[in-house]
Amino acid sequence: MAHDHKLEIFRGLLKFKSNTQKIWGVLIFLTIVTAIEVALGITKPRVLTHNYFIGMKLLNWIFIILTLVKAYYIAWDFMHLRDEKSSLRRAIVWTPIFLVCYLIFILLFEADYIYNVFKDGFMAWNF
Amino acid sequence: MDTTVTTGTEDSVWGGGNRPLGASYGKMMMWFFIVSDALTFSGFLVSYGFSRFKFIETWPIADEVFTHVPFFHGNYPMYYVAFMTFILIMSSVTMVLAVDAGHKMKQKSVILYMFLTIIGGAIFVGSQAWEWATFIKGDYGAVETKGGRILQFVNAETGERVALADFATTLPEDRVKHLKSEGIWFEQEGYKTSFSLNEVVEGFKATPNILIRTETINEEGEKTLLNRQESLTKLLDATQVVEGANLIHNEYGSRLFADFFFFITGFHGFHVFSGVVINVIIFFNVILGTYERRGHYEMVEKVGLYWHFVDLVWVFVFTFFYLV
Repeated sequence: MAHDHKLEIFRGLLKFKSNTQKIWGVLIFLTIVTAIEVALGITKPRVLTHNYFIGMKLLNWIFIILTLVKAYYIAWDFMHLRDEKSSLRRAIVWTPIFLVCYLIFILLFEADYIYNVFKDGFMAWNF
Repeated sequence: MDTTVTTGTEDSVWGGGNRPLGASYGKMMMWFFIVSDALTFSGFLVSYGFSRFKFIETWPIADEVFTHVPFFHGNYPMYYVAFMTFILIMSSVTMVLAVDAGHKMKQKSVILYMFLTIIGGAIFVGSQAWEWATFIKGDYGAVETKGGRILQFVNAETGERVALADFATTLPEDRVKHLKSEGIWFEQEGYKTSFSLNEVVEGFKATPNILIRTETINEEGEKTLLNRQESLTKLLDATQVVEGANLIHNEYGSRLFADFFFFITGFHGFHVFSGVVINVIIFFNVILGTYERRGHYEMVEKVGLYWHFVDLVWVFVFTFFYLV
């Protein structure tokens, strides 16, 4: 139950004395991550925008991974998922993840196909 | 028969009072709602991705669209959105602190933290309204071609964007807003632009150091700039002047970008707004001592879950709309 809190984050690397301290610790961490995202978004280092990994810019990979990291800490520490039973946690987390991955896969593939039809097909839309 | 028919409710699974997965009824239902709402937002964001992948070569660059900060002039990409993100995370923190204080039955602290959370939410909704207003108003203006493509104007020497007002000439012509009642019933203008197409074209011809920027993104990840000759040819395709953005025309580029901006941030803003309203209701309940009498502050925890969810969604909207 929510009354006894697990006070470790980063897999036990950082252990807080009280729940209040943990909350502030997580805030500092989230702020740092957001600051990194904004700094990268403004400077857009050439190394990251001109190198690709599986068809996506490295910069975008970094953004998406940092977003998932932030989402993890918001859900685990602010929404107290860390203190819930693992069965509840798994039901909440994996159901949307599965469905959303499926949706992303289908729609982005379809969109890429349409892009190619516009590009290579006998279709003029940019006139 | 005695073993299958039970009349007492105390020892029955179905008699009520059970807490499956260690969560109370209210919390479980809040989680049901959050998961389904998360899927709704995912649907929005993925369809944004769909449209963007479809028009990947011409999609507007968010950095060039959201460049304003209230009370400051100049080009400040993303700073304001980053500030909004921080405000929302901060109000999430005060919400957790309120929940934490609730567990310790400290009514005074819950009141303080709930109050701060409401303030944070109000600042966020206000900022979003300002962002909408700025987006709708537009800043430089552009012209639209027959095919619905947007042509923007750039200073050839500095490479900076040029506003229509900087070069458009004033012609001695009389122009009125086109109304439904004045012609075909389904044709009308939403707003009257500050310059007519003729004035923009004449001004463009008279000012040699202005070039046209198309929507196409080149290998450097920037919008393609036409040379003077190409620009003059391209301008012949223009059919109308566009200032600002709405659901049909968008001076920043692809109109779908504006549509998704209004839908996604609007839907999220509506969530923040309803979150603030629910927070206010719970805030007054805390002041009245409802939860003190009830013996626990679980209601604060439940609205807290909703509030954090709104923050969680914003983290994704921020990434996929403003960063990527």
